[in-house]
Amino acid sequence: MYTQGLDSLGKDCLQAPSQDAAALTARFDAKVERDEKIEPKEWMPDAYRRTLVRQISQHAHSEIVGMLPEGNWITRAPTLRRKAVLIAKVQDEGGHGMYLYSAAETLGVSREELVAQLLAGTAKYSSIFNYPTLTWADIGAIGWLVDGAAIMNQIPICRCSYGPYARAMVRICREESFHQRQGFEIMMTLARGTPAQRAMAQDALNRWWWPSVMMFGPSDAESPHTAQSMRWKIKRFTNDELRQHFIDVTVPQADFLKLTVPDPELRWDEESQHYRCGAIDWSEFHRVVKGHGPCNRERLAARRRAHEEGAWVREAASAYAAKERARATASKESA
Amino acid sequence: MTSPDWPLFEVFIRSRSGLEHKHVGSLHAVDARMALEHARDVYTRRLEGVSIWVARSSDIAASDPLDADAFFEPARDKVYRHPTFYAIPEEVKNL
Repeated sequence: MYTQGLDSLGKDCLQAPSQDAAALTARFDAKVERDEKIEPKEWMPDAYRRTLVRQISQHAHSEIVGMLPEGNWITRAPTLRRKAVLIAKVQDEGGHGMYLYSAAETLGVSREELVAQLLAGTAKYSSIFNYPTLTWADIGAIGWLVDGAAIMNQIPICRCSYGPYARAMVRICREESFHQRQGFEIMMTLARGTPAQRAMAQDALNRWWWPSVMMFGPSDAESPHTAQSMRWKIKRFTNDELRQHFIDVTVPQADFLKLTVPDPELRWDEESQHYRCGAIDWSEFHRVVKGHGPCNRERLAARRRAHEEGAWVREAASAYAAKERARATASKESA
Repeated sequence: MTSPDWPLFEVFIRSRSGLEHKHVGSLHAVDARMALEHARDVYTRRLEGVSIWVARSSDIAASDPLDADAFFEPARDKVYRHPTFYAIPEEVKNL
Protein backbone atom coordinates (compact mmCIF):
# COMPACT_ATOMS: atom_id res chain seq x y z
CA MET A 1 0.00 0.00 0.00
CA TYR A 2 2.16 2.79 -1.18
CA THR A 3 0.99 6.13 -0.08
CA GLN A 4 0.65 9.66 -1.27
CA GLY A 5 3.87 10.54 0.56
CA LEU A 6 5.74 8.66 -2.12
CA ASP A 7 4.07 10.72 -4.80
CA SER A 8 6.08 13.79 -3.94
CA LEU A 9 8.69 13.07 -6.59
CA GLY A 10 6.13 12.21 -9.22
CA LYS A 11 3.45 14.88 -8.83
CA ASP A 12 4.02 15.92 -12.40
CA CYS A 13 3.06 12.52 -13.72
CA LEU A 14 -0.43 13.04 -12.29
CA GLN A 15 -0.90 15.85 -14.78
CA ALA A 16 1.53 14.43 -17.33
CA PRO A 17 2.05 17.61 -19.31
CA SER A 18 4.58 16.08 -21.66
CA GLN A 19 2.48 13.27 -23.11
CA ASP A 20 -0.91 13.54 -24.66
CA ALA A 21 -3.90 11.99 -22.94
CA ALA A 22 -4.73 9.58 -25.75
CA ALA A 23 -1.32 7.91 -25.61
CA LEU A 24 -1.47 7.67 -21.83
CA THR A 25 -4.98 6.23 -21.94
CA ALA A 26 -3.92 3.65 -24.50
CA ARG A 27 -0.97 2.67 -22.34
CA PHE A 28 -3.21 2.42 -19.26
CA ASP A 29 -5.85 0.35 -21.06
CA ALA A 30 -3.21 -2.02 -22.43
CA LYS A 31 -1.78 -2.53 -18.96
CA VAL A 32 -5.18 -3.32 -17.49
CA GLU A 33 -5.86 -5.63 -20.42
CA ARG A 34 -2.62 -7.54 -19.70
CA ASP A 35 -3.76 -7.96 -16.06
CA GLU A 36 -0.88 -5.84 -14.78
CA LYS A 37 -1.45 -3.80 -11.64
CA ILE A 38 -1.80 -0.02 -11.70
CA GLU A 39 0.29 1.58 -8.95
CA PRO A 40 -0.23 4.95 -7.20
CA LYS A 41 2.34 7.06 -9.03
CA GLU A 42 1.26 5.93 -12.46
CA TRP A 43 -0.94 7.90 -14.77
CA MET A 44 -4.58 6.85 -14.64
CA PRO A 45 -7.81 8.30 -16.04
CA ASP A 46 -9.51 10.74 -13.65
CA ALA A 47 -12.70 8.72 -13.71
CA TYR A 48 -10.79 5.58 -12.66
CA ARG A 49 -9.22 7.48 -9.78
CA ARG A 50 -12.57 8.92 -8.70
CA THR A 51 -14.29 5.55 -8.89
CA LEU A 52 -11.60 3.97 -6.75
CA VAL A 53 -11.61 6.76 -4.16
CA ARG A 54 -15.36 6.40 -3.85
CA GLN A 55 -15.35 2.61 -3.66
CA ILE A 56 -12.35 2.19 -1.34
CA SER A 57 -13.46 4.94 1.05
CA GLN A 58 -17.01 3.55 1.22
CA HIS A 59 -15.47 0.19 1.96
CA ALA A 60 -13.29 1.71 4.72
CA HIS A 61 -16.26 3.54 6.25
CA SER A 62 -18.24 0.28 6.22
CA GLU A 63 -15.53 -1.44 8.26
CA ILE A 64 -15.48 1.37 10.81
CA VAL A 65 -19.26 1.71 11.13
CA GLY A 66 -19.48 -2.08 11.08
CA MET A 67 -17.73 -2.16 14.45
CA LEU A 68 -20.80 -0.57 16.08
CA PRO A 69 -23.54 -3.22 15.78
CA GLU A 70 -21.20 -5.91 17.12
CA GLY A 71 -19.53 -3.68 19.69
CA ASN A 72 -23.01 -3.44 21.17
CA TRP A 73 -22.68 -7.05 22.39
CA ILE A 74 -19.10 -7.18 23.69
CA THR A 75 -20.09 -6.52 27.30
CA ARG A 76 -22.97 -8.99 27.07
CA ALA A 77 -21.33 -11.93 25.29
CA PRO A 78 -22.53 -15.15 26.94
CA THR A 79 -19.08 -16.59 27.76
CA LEU A 80 -15.52 -15.37 28.14
CA ARG A 81 -14.56 -17.30 24.97
CA ARG A 82 -17.30 -15.61 22.95
CA LYS A 83 -16.27 -12.26 24.35
CA ALA A 84 -12.59 -12.70 23.45
CA VAL A 85 -13.58 -13.79 19.94
CA LEU A 86 -15.93 -10.85 19.46
CA ILE A 87 -13.30 -8.37 20.63
CA ALA A 88 -10.81 -9.88 18.17
CA LYS A 89 -13.34 -9.64 15.35
CA VAL A 90 -14.25 -6.02 16.06
CA GLN A 91 -10.55 -5.17 16.33
CA ASP A 92 -9.96 -6.79 12.92
CA GLU A 93 -12.66 -4.59 11.46
CA GLY A 94 -10.92 -1.51 12.82
CA GLY A 95 -7.70 -2.79 11.24
CA HIS A 96 -9.44 -3.41 7.91
CA GLY A 97 -10.70 0.16 7.96
CA MET A 98 -7.09 1.32 8.46
CA TYR A 99 -5.75 -0.78 5.53
CA LEU A 100 -8.47 0.61 3.30
CA TYR A 101 -8.06 4.25 4.30
CA SER A 102 -4.32 3.89 3.54
CA ALA A 103 -5.15 2.42 0.13
CA ALA A 104 -7.56 5.29 -0.61
CA GLU A 105 -4.96 7.85 0.47
CA THR A 106 -2.58 6.59 -2.23
CA LEU A 107 -5.01 8.13 -4.74
CA GLY A 108 -4.38 11.63 -3.43
CA VAL A 109 -7.12 12.16 -0.84
CA SER A 110 -6.28 12.74 2.81
CA ARG A 111 -7.47 10.73 5.77
CA GLU A 112 -9.00 13.87 7.27
CA GLU A 113 -11.11 14.51 4.16
CA LEU A 114 -12.42 10.96 4.17
CA VAL A 115 -13.24 10.94 7.88
CA ALA A 116 -14.87 14.36 7.56
CA GLN A 117 -17.10 13.03 4.74
CA LEU A 118 -18.21 10.14 6.93
CA LEU A 119 -18.94 12.34 9.93
CA ALA A 120 -20.77 14.92 7.79
CA GLY A 121 -23.02 12.17 6.49
CA THR A 122 -22.06 12.79 2.86
CA ALA A 123 -20.21 9.48 2.39
CA LYS A 124 -21.95 6.15 1.98
CA TYR A 125 -21.25 2.93 3.82
CA SER A 126 -22.81 -0.50 3.58
CA SER A 127 -26.53 -0.22 4.33
CA ILE A 128 -26.44 -3.44 6.36
CA PHE A 129 -24.91 -1.67 9.36
CA ASN A 130 -28.01 0.47 9.77
CA TYR A 131 -29.89 -2.49 11.21
CA PRO A 132 -29.94 -3.08 14.98
CA THR A 133 -28.47 -6.07 16.83
CA LEU A 134 -31.37 -6.97 19.11
CA THR A 135 -30.25 -10.35 20.48
CA TRP A 136 -27.07 -12.41 20.83
CA ALA A 137 -28.19 -14.50 17.86
CA ASP A 138 -27.74 -11.40 15.69
CA ILE A 139 -24.00 -11.65 16.33
CA GLY A 140 -24.13 -15.18 14.92
CA ALA A 141 -26.22 -14.08 11.94
CA ILE A 142 -23.88 -11.17 11.17
CA GLY A 143 -20.78 -13.36 11.15
CA TRP A 144 -22.45 -16.07 9.09
CA LEU A 145 -24.45 -13.95 6.61
CA VAL A 146 -23.02 -10.45 6.58
CA ASP A 147 -19.38 -11.53 6.68
CA GLY A 148 -20.23 -14.36 4.32
CA ALA A 149 -21.63 -11.88 1.80
CA ALA A 150 -18.72 -9.50 2.38
CA ILE A 151 -16.16 -12.25 1.71
CA MET A 152 -17.95 -13.21 -1.49
CA ASN A 153 -17.79 -9.59 -2.59
CA GLN A 154 -14.17 -9.14 -1.56
CA ILE A 155 -12.46 -12.25 -2.92
CA PRO A 156 -12.70 -11.05 -6.54
CA ILE A 157 -11.34 -7.64 -5.46
CA CYS A 158 -8.08 -9.39 -4.51
CA ARG A 159 -7.52 -9.38 -8.30
CA CYS A 160 -8.53 -5.73 -8.72
CA SER A 161 -6.41 -3.77 -11.21
CA TYR A 162 -5.39 -1.19 -8.59
CA GLY A 163 -2.43 -2.63 -6.66
CA PRO A 164 -2.92 -1.06 -3.21
CA TYR A 165 -6.62 -2.01 -3.10
CA ALA A 166 -5.90 -5.56 -4.25
CA ARG A 167 -3.15 -6.00 -1.62
CA ALA A 168 -5.35 -4.63 1.16
CA MET A 169 -8.06 -7.02 0.12
CA VAL A 170 -5.73 -10.03 0.25
CA ARG A 171 -4.97 -9.25 3.90
CA ILE A 172 -8.62 -8.63 4.70
CA CYS A 173 -9.87 -11.85 3.11
CA ARG A 174 -7.21 -13.85 4.90
CA GLU A 175 -8.36 -12.46 8.23
CA GLU A 176 -12.07 -12.60 7.57
CA SER A 177 -12.68 -16.29 7.16
CA PHE A 178 -12.60 -16.68 10.93
CA HIS A 179 -15.33 -14.05 11.20
CA GLN A 180 -17.70 -16.10 9.15
CA ARG A 181 -16.89 -19.38 10.87
CA GLN A 182 -17.33 -18.00 14.38
CA GLY A 183 -20.73 -16.64 13.32
CA PHE A 184 -21.82 -20.00 11.96
CA GLU A 185 -20.62 -21.64 15.17
CA ILE A 186 -22.82 -19.29 17.24
CA MET A 187 -25.81 -20.12 15.02
CA MET A 188 -25.06 -23.84 15.27
CA THR A 189 -24.90 -23.69 19.07
CA LEU A 190 -28.22 -21.84 19.27
CA ALA A 191 -29.89 -24.02 16.64
CA ARG A 192 -29.00 -27.11 18.66
CA GLY A 193 -29.98 -25.52 21.97
CA THR A 194 -33.26 -25.09 23.81
CA PRO A 195 -36.48 -24.27 21.89
CA ALA A 196 -36.06 -20.64 23.00
CA GLN A 197 -32.49 -20.54 21.63
CA ARG A 198 -33.65 -22.09 18.34
CA ALA A 199 -36.37 -19.48 18.08
CA MET A 200 -33.78 -16.77 18.69
CA ALA A 201 -31.59 -18.14 15.87
CA GLN A 202 -34.58 -18.32 13.51
CA ASP A 203 -35.61 -14.77 14.40
CA ALA A 204 -32.09 -13.50 13.63
CA LEU A 205 -32.10 -15.28 10.27
CA ASN A 206 -35.53 -13.79 9.53
CA ARG A 207 -34.27 -10.27 10.12
CA TRP A 208 -30.81 -10.54 8.50
CA TRP A 209 -31.53 -12.63 5.40
CA TRP A 210 -32.96 -9.97 3.09
CA PRO A 211 -30.60 -7.17 4.14
CA SER A 212 -27.70 -9.60 3.49
CA VAL A 213 -29.06 -10.49 0.05
CA MET A 214 -29.28 -6.75 -0.69
CA MET A 215 -25.65 -6.19 0.36
CA PHE A 216 -24.54 -6.99 -3.19
CA GLY A 217 -26.18 -3.78 -4.35
CA PRO A 218 -28.87 -3.00 -6.91
CA SER A 219 -29.69 -5.49 -9.65
CA ASP A 220 -27.51 -5.37 -12.77
CA ALA A 221 -30.22 -3.52 -14.69
CA GLU A 222 -30.13 -0.75 -12.08
CA SER A 223 -26.35 -0.62 -11.74
CA PRO A 224 -25.07 1.72 -14.46
CA HIS A 225 -21.40 1.77 -13.34
CA THR A 226 -20.89 -2.00 -13.37
CA ALA A 227 -19.88 -2.27 -17.02
CA GLN A 228 -17.16 0.40 -16.76
CA SER A 229 -15.86 -1.04 -13.48
CA MET A 230 -15.61 -4.44 -15.11
CA ARG A 231 -13.72 -3.01 -18.09
CA TRP A 232 -11.28 -1.44 -15.63
CA LYS A 233 -11.08 -4.74 -13.75
CA ILE A 234 -12.05 -3.08 -10.49
CA LYS A 235 -15.03 -5.37 -10.46
CA ARG A 236 -14.88 -8.94 -11.75
CA PHE A 237 -18.49 -10.12 -11.33
CA THR A 238 -21.81 -8.30 -11.48
CA ASN A 239 -23.98 -7.71 -8.39
CA ASP A 240 -26.51 -10.31 -9.48
CA GLU A 241 -23.84 -12.95 -10.18
CA LEU A 242 -22.37 -12.51 -6.70
CA ARG A 243 -25.82 -12.47 -5.09
CA GLN A 244 -26.76 -15.72 -6.84
CA HIS A 245 -23.56 -17.34 -5.68
CA PHE A 246 -24.22 -16.21 -2.09
CA ILE A 247 -27.74 -17.68 -2.13
CA ASP A 248 -26.51 -20.93 -3.67
CA VAL A 249 -23.92 -21.55 -0.96
CA THR A 250 -25.91 -20.19 1.99
CA VAL A 251 -29.23 -21.99 1.60
CA PRO A 252 -27.68 -25.45 2.19
CA GLN A 253 -25.98 -24.04 5.32
CA ALA A 254 -29.38 -22.89 6.63
CA ASP A 255 -30.74 -26.36 5.82
CA PHE A 256 -27.93 -27.88 7.87
CA LEU A 257 -28.94 -25.68 10.81
CA LYS A 258 -32.57 -26.75 10.23
CA LEU A 259 -33.50 -23.07 10.04
CA THR A 260 -35.90 -21.68 7.46
CA VAL A 261 -34.82 -18.99 5.00
CA PRO A 262 -37.58 -16.35 5.16
CA ASP A 263 -38.49 -16.54 1.49
CA PRO A 264 -41.60 -18.60 0.66
CA GLU A 265 -40.75 -18.48 -3.04
CA LEU A 266 -37.25 -19.90 -2.62
CA ARG A 267 -36.83 -23.10 -4.65
CA TRP A 268 -34.13 -25.18 -6.28
CA ASP A 269 -34.14 -24.93 -10.04
CA GLU A 270 -32.91 -28.23 -11.43
CA GLU A 271 -32.42 -26.91 -14.94
CA SER A 272 -30.12 -23.99 -14.09
CA GLN A 273 -28.68 -25.72 -10.98
CA HIS A 274 -29.35 -22.56 -8.95
CA TYR A 275 -31.74 -21.51 -6.22
CA ARG A 276 -34.42 -19.11 -7.39
CA CYS A 277 -35.48 -16.53 -4.79
CA GLY A 278 -38.54 -14.33 -4.44
CA ALA A 279 -38.66 -10.66 -5.40
CA ILE A 280 -36.32 -8.37 -3.48
CA ASP A 281 -37.92 -5.32 -1.85
CA TRP A 282 -35.64 -2.68 -3.33
CA SER A 283 -37.70 0.14 -1.85
CA GLU A 284 -36.36 -0.92 1.57
CA PHE A 285 -32.78 -0.90 0.26
CA HIS A 286 -33.13 2.60 -1.18
CA ARG A 287 -34.82 3.84 1.99
CA VAL A 288 -31.90 2.62 4.13
CA VAL A 289 -29.23 3.89 1.71
CA LYS A 290 -30.88 7.32 1.73
CA GLY A 291 -30.55 7.50 5.51
CA HIS A 292 -33.91 6.24 6.71
CA GLY A 293 -32.95 2.81 8.05
CA PRO A 294 -33.56 1.87 11.68
CA CYS A 295 -30.11 2.99 12.90
CA ASN A 296 -28.63 5.46 10.37
CA ARG A 297 -28.83 8.41 12.76
CA GLU A 298 -27.61 6.38 15.72
CA ARG A 299 -24.56 5.08 13.81
CA LEU A 300 -23.45 8.53 12.66
CA ALA A 301 -24.07 10.01 16.10
CA ALA A 302 -21.88 7.27 17.63
CA ARG A 303 -19.05 7.97 15.14
CA ARG A 304 -19.25 11.70 15.75
CA ARG A 305 -19.24 11.23 19.50
CA ALA A 306 -16.21 8.92 19.28
CA HIS A 307 -14.39 11.47 17.12
CA GLU A 308 -15.15 14.36 19.46
CA GLU A 309 -14.44 12.45 22.64
CA GLY A 310 -11.15 11.22 21.20
CA ALA A 311 -9.98 14.72 20.28
CA TRP A 312 -8.06 15.24 23.53
CA VAL A 313 -6.08 12.02 22.94
CA ARG A 314 -5.02 13.18 19.48
CA GLU A 315 -4.16 16.62 20.79
CA ALA A 316 -2.15 15.18 23.68
CA ALA A 317 -0.21 12.88 21.33
CA SER A 318 0.59 15.80 19.01
CA ALA A 319 1.67 18.00 21.93
CA TYR A 320 3.86 15.24 23.34
CA ALA A 321 5.53 14.64 19.98
CA ALA A 322 6.16 18.40 19.58
CA LYS A 323 7.73 18.53 23.05
CA GLU A 324 9.96 15.54 22.28
CA ARG A 325 11.09 17.16 19.02
CA ALA A 326 11.85 20.43 20.82
CA ARG A 327 13.82 18.54 23.47
CA ALA A 328 15.82 16.66 20.84
CA THR A 329 16.65 19.91 19.02
CA ALA A 330 17.66 21.61 22.28
CA SER A 331 19.98 18.77 23.30
CA LYS A 332 21.58 18.82 19.84
CA GLU A 333 22.16 22.55 20.07
CA SER A 334 23.67 22.39 23.55
CA ALA A 335 25.98 19.52 22.52
CA MET B 1 -8.42 8.78 13.45
CA THR B 2 -5.65 11.23 12.82
CA SER B 3 -4.93 14.91 13.01
CA PRO B 4 -3.64 16.80 10.00
CA ASP B 5 -0.16 17.11 11.52
CA TRP B 6 0.37 13.36 11.87
CA PRO B 7 2.85 12.29 9.22
CA LEU B 8 2.58 9.13 7.21
CA PHE B 9 4.91 6.19 7.90
CA GLU B 10 5.62 3.19 5.70
CA VAL B 11 5.72 -0.13 7.56
CA PHE B 12 8.12 -2.98 6.86
CA ILE B 13 7.89 -6.33 8.62
CA ARG B 14 10.31 -9.23 9.02
CA SER B 15 7.99 -12.20 9.14
CA ARG B 16 10.52 -14.69 10.48
CA SER B 17 14.06 -14.57 11.69
CA GLY B 18 16.38 -14.87 8.68
CA LEU B 19 14.00 -13.25 6.20
CA GLU B 20 14.19 -9.68 4.93
CA HIS B 21 11.81 -6.89 5.97
CA LYS B 22 9.01 -6.44 3.49
CA HIS B 23 6.74 -3.47 2.88
CA VAL B 24 3.25 -4.19 4.21
CA GLY B 25 1.47 -0.85 4.28
CA SER B 26 1.36 2.53 5.89
CA LEU B 27 -0.16 4.45 8.77
CA HIS B 28 -0.27 7.86 10.42
CA ALA B 29 1.45 8.54 13.73
CA VAL B 30 2.91 11.48 15.64
CA ASP B 31 6.37 9.95 15.83
CA ALA B 32 8.34 6.80 15.10
CA ARG B 33 7.58 5.24 18.47
CA MET B 34 3.83 5.58 18.04
CA ALA B 35 4.18 4.36 14.46
CA LEU B 36 5.87 1.18 15.73
CA GLU B 37 3.15 0.53 18.30
CA HIS B 38 0.37 1.17 15.80
CA ALA B 39 2.13 -1.01 13.22
CA ARG B 40 2.14 -3.83 15.75
CA ASP B 41 -1.61 -3.45 16.32
CA VAL B 42 -2.57 -2.91 12.70
CA TYR B 43 -0.21 -5.31 10.88
CA THR B 44 0.78 -8.09 13.32
CA ARG B 45 -2.39 -9.18 15.11
CA ARG B 46 -1.66 -12.79 14.12
CA LEU B 47 2.07 -13.02 14.81
CA GLU B 48 2.93 -11.90 11.27
CA GLY B 49 6.28 -10.52 12.35
CA VAL B 50 9.31 -10.68 14.62
CA SER B 51 10.63 -7.22 13.73
CA ILE B 52 9.14 -3.98 12.40
CA TRP B 53 10.74 -1.01 10.63
CA VAL B 54 8.89 2.24 10.10
CA ALA B 55 10.12 5.10 7.92
CA ARG B 56 8.52 8.42 7.16
CA SER B 57 6.96 8.18 3.70
CA SER B 58 8.34 11.61 2.84
CA ASP B 59 11.87 10.28 3.45
CA ILE B 60 11.54 7.60 0.79
CA ALA B 61 12.61 8.44 -2.74
CA ALA B 62 11.01 6.34 -5.46
CA SER B 63 11.78 5.79 -9.11
CA ASP B 64 9.26 7.21 -11.56
CA PRO B 65 7.08 4.58 -13.26
CA LEU B 66 6.86 6.71 -16.42
CA ASP B 67 10.65 6.48 -16.73
CA ALA B 68 10.82 2.81 -15.84
CA ASP B 69 11.70 1.62 -19.35
CA ALA B 70 14.66 3.98 -19.72
CA PHE B 71 15.68 3.61 -16.08
CA PHE B 72 16.01 -0.17 -16.18
CA GLU B 73 17.10 -0.38 -19.83
CA PRO B 74 20.87 -0.72 -19.12
CA ALA B 75 20.34 -4.23 -17.69
CA ARG B 76 18.15 -5.41 -20.56
CA ASP B 77 20.86 -6.50 -23.04
CA LYS B 78 23.30 -8.00 -20.52
CA VAL B 79 22.10 -11.56 -20.65
CA TYR B 80 25.69 -12.70 -19.99
CA ARG B 81 25.05 -11.82 -16.36
CA HIS B 82 22.97 -15.00 -16.06
CA PRO B 83 24.53 -18.47 -15.72
CA THR B 84 22.26 -19.88 -18.44
CA PHE B 85 24.10 -17.70 -21.01
CA TYR B 86 27.05 -20.10 -20.99
CA ALA B 87 26.86 -23.45 -22.78
CA ILE B 88 28.77 -26.10 -20.86
CA PRO B 89 28.98 -29.73 -22.05
CA GLU B 90 26.83 -32.06 -20.00
CA GLU B 91 29.71 -34.30 -18.99
CA VAL B 92 31.30 -31.45 -17.05
CA LYS B 93 30.05 -31.69 -13.50
CA ASN B 94 29.83 -29.29 -10.60
CA LEU B 95 29.63 -26.09 -12.65
